[in-house]
Amino acid sequence: MAEITTLHYLVVAAALFLTGVIGVLTRRNVIIILMSIELILNAVNLNLVAFSRLYNLHGQVFAIFIIADAAAEAAIALGILIAFFRNKETVNMDEVDLLKW
Amino acid sequence: MIPSGDYIRILPEIVLSIFGMLVMVIDPLLGENDDRKSIGVVSAIGALLALGATFIMAGHPGEAFYNILRVDDFAVFFHVVVILIALACILMSFEYLKVQEIRQGEYYGLILFGTVGMCLMSSAIELVMLFVAIEISSISTYILAGFRRRAAESAESSLKYFLLGSFATAFFLYGIALMYGATGSTNVDAIAAALRQGTPVMAYLAIALMMVGLGFKVAAAPFQVWTPDVYEGAPAPVVALMSTGPKAAAFAVLLRVLFGTAAPGWFWAVWIAAALSMTIGNFGALVQTNVKRMLAYSSIAHAGYLLVAFIAVRNMEQGVSAAMFYTAAYAAMNVGAFAVVSHFASAGEKYVSIEDYAGLGRRSPVLAAVLTVFLLSLIGIPITGGFFAKFYVFRAAVSSNLIWLTVIGLVNSAIGSYYYLRLLVMMYMKEPQSEESVPSVPFAAGFAMAGCVVATLYLGVFPNRVLQFAIESARTLVH
Amino acid sequence: MTLWLIPLLPLAGAAINGLFGRRFSRKLVATVALAFTAASFLWALVIASRFLSGGQVPIADHVATWLQIGDFRIEYGFLVDQLSMVMMLVVTGVGFLIHIYSVAYMEHEGGYYRYFSYLNLFMFFMLTLVLANNYLLMFVGWEGVGLASYLLIGFFFRRDSAADAGKKAFITNRIGDFGFLIALFLLVKNFGTLQFADLFDKVAKYSPGAEVGVGVLTAIALLMLMGATGKSAQIPLYVWLPDAMEGPTPVSALIHAATMVTAGVYMICRSNAIFSRAPIALTVVAIIGTLTAFFAATIGITQTDIKRVLAYSTVSQLGYMFMAAGVAAYSAAIFHLMTHAFFKGLLFLGAGSVIHGVGGEQDMRKMGGLKKYMPWTFWTMFAATCAISGIPFFAGFYSKDEILWQAYSSPHGSWIFWLVGVITAYMTSFYMFRLLFMTFTGEYRGAIEPAHGHGAHDDHGHHGTPHESPWMMLGPLVILGILSVVGGYVGVGHRFENFLAPVTPSVLSEPQTAALAAPESAALPAQQSEPASENSGLEDELMAISILCAFSGLGLAWFLYVKRRDLPDKIADSLGGLYTTVLNKYYVDQIYGAAIIRPLINGSRAILWRGIDAGAIDGTLNASAKGAQETGGAFRRLQSGNIRSYAGWVAAGAAVVVIYMVWMGTR
Repeated sequence: MAEITTLHYLVVAAALFLTGVIGVLTRRNVIIILMSIELILNAVNLNLVAFSRLYNLHGQVFAIFIIADAAAEAAIALGILIAFFRNKETVNMDEVDLLKW
Repeated sequence: MIPSGDYIRILPEIVLSIFGMLVMVIDPLLGENDDRKSIGVVSAIGALLALGATFIMAGHPGEAFYNILRVDDFAVFFHVVVILIALACILMSFEYLKVQEIRQGEYYGLILFGTVGMCLMSSAIELVMLFVAIEISSISTYILAGFRRRAAESAESSLKYFLLGSFATAFFLYGIALMYGATGSTNVDAIAAALRQGTPVMAYLAIALMMVGLGFKVAAAPFQVWTPDVYEGAPAPVVALMSTGPKAAAFAVLLRVLFGTAAPGWFWAVWIAAALSMTIGNFGALVQTNVKRMLAYSSIAHAGYLLVAFIAVRNMEQGVSAAMFYTAAYAAMNVGAFAVVSHFASAGEKYVSIEDYAGLGRRSPVLAAVLTVFLLSLIGIPITGGFFAKFYVFRAAVSSNLIWLTVIGLVNSAIGSYYYLRLLVMMYMKEPQSEESVPSVPFAAGFAMAGCVVATLYLGVFPNRVLQFAIESARTLVH
Repeated sequence: MTLWLIPLLPLAGAAINGLFGRRFSRKLVATVALAFTAASFLWALVIASRFLSGGQVPIADHVATWLQIGDFRIEYGFLVDQLSMVMMLVVTGVGFLIHIYSVAYMEHEGGYYRYFSYLNLFMFFMLTLVLANNYLLMFVGWEGVGLASYLLIGFFFRRDSAADAGKKAFITNRIGDFGFLIALFLLVKNFGTLQFADLFDKVAKYSPGAEVGVGVLTAIALLMLMGATGKSAQIPLYVWLPDAMEGPTPVSALIHAATMVTAGVYMICRSNAIFSRAPIALTVVAIIGTLTAFFAATIGITQTDIKRVLAYSTVSQLGYMFMAAGVAAYSAAIFHLMTHAFFKGLLFLGAGSVIHGVGGEQDMRKMGGLKKYMPWTFWTMFAATCAISGIPFFAGFYSKDEILWQAYSSPHGSWIFWLVGVITAYMTSFYMFRLLFMTFTGEYRGAIEPAHGHGAHDDHGHHGTPHESPWMMLGPLVILGILSVVGGYVGVGHRFENFLAPVTPSVLSEPQTAALAAPESAALPAQQSEPASENSGLEDELMAISILCAFSGLGLAWFLYVKRRDLPDKIADSLGGLYTTVLNKYYVDQIYGAAIIRPLINGSRAILWRGIDAGAIDGTLNASAKGAQETGGAFRRLQSGNIRSYAGWVAAGAAVVVIYMVWMGTR
């Protein structure tokens, strides 16, 4: 069985990244869009940790920062979403259209 | 062991953070019916002290905290700009918050915390720090955008800003990860050293993704789509802040990332982004009826003019200093314009359409005159900062042989004068639609406006000192 | 020498009236405005007298450094040499007279203090423009006069047409300024300075074939020309000037006849070091000038609005100045600029007096016979008409003749320029006397009791029979009338040319110019400048032809508009379509509207899919907007308001950037 190289991690990360991007572009529910963004962040984490094997610990430290930030973002996101839901009573992105042109 | 000198190098940030926490503590301590102006006053004092702290900081240049920050002239320049922007926004919020019935404690706290983020963005030389700083500034502004909680537009603006912003940040992060992979470091200097040895394709990819994230923050085309919607919905003083502060900081980051790391290959990408931004911004603004939305498009256009300075690579010093000067001039005139807009909007942001400005020249001559100064500067009429900023940017462009980009830029600025002019015509050459008197400008907001007028004219009439300083700073950055 | 006082005094007046004028009485407002303008004029006279009594030339005044970046230095500095002295005296002198006139003319208007504040502001910018010692400061004045003119055109802001005219002027000028600015950037890039003295030194030292060749100079000159066509209302950017007549009449006299519109001519003459080394650009200047002169004159023939006739005539006369500058006869251009300031300023003021007298009417078909009611106005306007038509011994005769002679004889000239110029002179004489006869002779055709002057032009609401204007208005008319008669004598025997020679070494080659500049040359000017004696015979013949043209134009006008007044309509009928085309100014406004402005607006509206601003710009368009709209349909999604499509744009943009960068990396 072949060894798992850095490249393998990178490919997985890229796949995660693309999954996240596609999720943001295609899903209508705000919660799922948020989850897709988290996926992208995790792709980043995976990359960082994988590179960290090659160089130094910076990558892993960075990943921890990103995890913390993701938690903060999620909290803010839910707060904003609740404020929005009170006004419009929806979490469907296609109904967010007061501001345009 | 962290040397104590390091703390001086983040003194402004420390002051801002302390005051940010302070106002959030004071708010619940005040009684339900107490006058909450004091909170605003405290945060204004905080901003002023931070400005003072910046001058102390300027006396101690150098790296801090294991090379994650660097205090140089470049950082000092942006500290001053960003803190002044925050100060003006705090001052213009006093009356606005009362009129719009917005809770005060968190509001000022978020402005101050956001400012911390923007300040750190200008001095960070380690990508981890940079990322944290960007997030501090972004998250604060995401929330601030939604502060008119009862207005559906504001909530929508906040949601859009947040989703698209974090989407773009994710790209930025992916870029950082790849840059780490390509060079084995997350320090700007180390990256520069590594890239000089040779650039793997991954580094190009990394720069591309980082440019996406930063392009979004500065509202450069093709990543400008969010700008009009978000600016239209957000509270006017917040727009004043976020159209200038985070933008200035993001330009600082872009300068550090592109020039500090000696990044390759971005020339034509930025060229096209600049041309697109100018064109989309100006054409978009032509047909707007909402003043805030119009100014949003105008800010896209100005981001384009600013990017022109970036590609004046033949003479980097000139280009970088031109970009810095433009940032300062744009901040002065745009914050000023939004100060007038936010005062005039009145309860529930009722008066924000261009039609509402009809006859302002006679209903409130002083307010109209003040707005006129900012509009003239945005058009780029001589003896205002806006003219000099454009002049200097395009001078740098021409001396780098960017003739076509200059032509596009100047044609655009001729087209652009049309929509600013429409507002001027409304104010001076149309009959007022309502005889309702414009409420007189309160002291604090008036002070902010006056400050912006003085800054706008100062940068136009005596540009030399600021320009010299920008050139000095550019030198520290480029070498 | 405190040159900076000259522009700063009017600025102080503007500031005082602008800030406190609201609380002042009309008398006080007028006193402030007049006092500061007069002071500026007097100081200009003091400077000029020192200058002429053998003072040091040129007088320079470095106030402060504006900007210093390495070697690149721009200062707040002023300069008086022969060229700017002429301009300075014209601007302050004519400006002062028009201020006096305005006091009475604007008496019944609202916003009195606003008017004088703007007028003083205009003086400040105009003087900055002519006195600046570098291009950037000149540009400050350049933009500033545009701004002031925009404010004054739109002064009667209750009329939509006035606001639109103001906008049109501003935008058209911005297009021209765009060229000017690029020229400045190119100058900085290639010569590293914008200070006149340094710059022209460096330009002069360029030998052809050097690193910066003739090509760059030509490009710079052409771009400057673009700026000049905007400011001085030449083809193709002249469209704003006739509309600018919406402003109060004294404003038309000051800004749109005597001073601001000549800024383009001044700029070209100031830049003669550049233009003379770019022969192609020079020829373009001459062609544009000649065409404009001819073209505007033909439109002038058909107009019936008294101010519009004068507006087209201004465009046409400016064309003459460009023609002169274009054949490198800069002094002739400035000479005509000066005499034109006298007689055209007078014509506008006279027209204002007429409009004032007949209660706001501007249509010449409703005038006539006014000589009886307004003798002073008639006689002064008669002098001015003679001057502009080139009747011998009036001011315009000398300057126009000089231009025509140079157009023919200059190394850069050609007989075509001369021929078109002479034909234009003939037309000029015809339409100017037509104006004079239609207005002052025959029977009064207006209603003796005009229904309501209000809402009509200039909002003058007088009733009753036409009446002569007050002395406050007639005084300036008389002074300008005298100048229109005698103003040309400074040019007799090439005196004016010799005076300007140090600044504008003209058609002659350098050594000859040096000889000209030497003091003894003043004694024998004719031989000095025309070495071949048979030339002077030719000059006389050509002069005779143009005199003949002037008189035959006069005669034709007399025949058609005094003797056989039924004929003009018949002629117009028989010409049919051609006449309508000319009457409608060749439909240029409509073409511009359809080809440029409409698509711009429609295009951007289509992109954003939001209809507003209808009727902001005249002219119609269907076909070309459709294409823009169709492409715009695709762009529509860009701002659909939908987050997912926004995210899509971000992602697509990212993809493009990524692909590009990776391609760069793998290349």
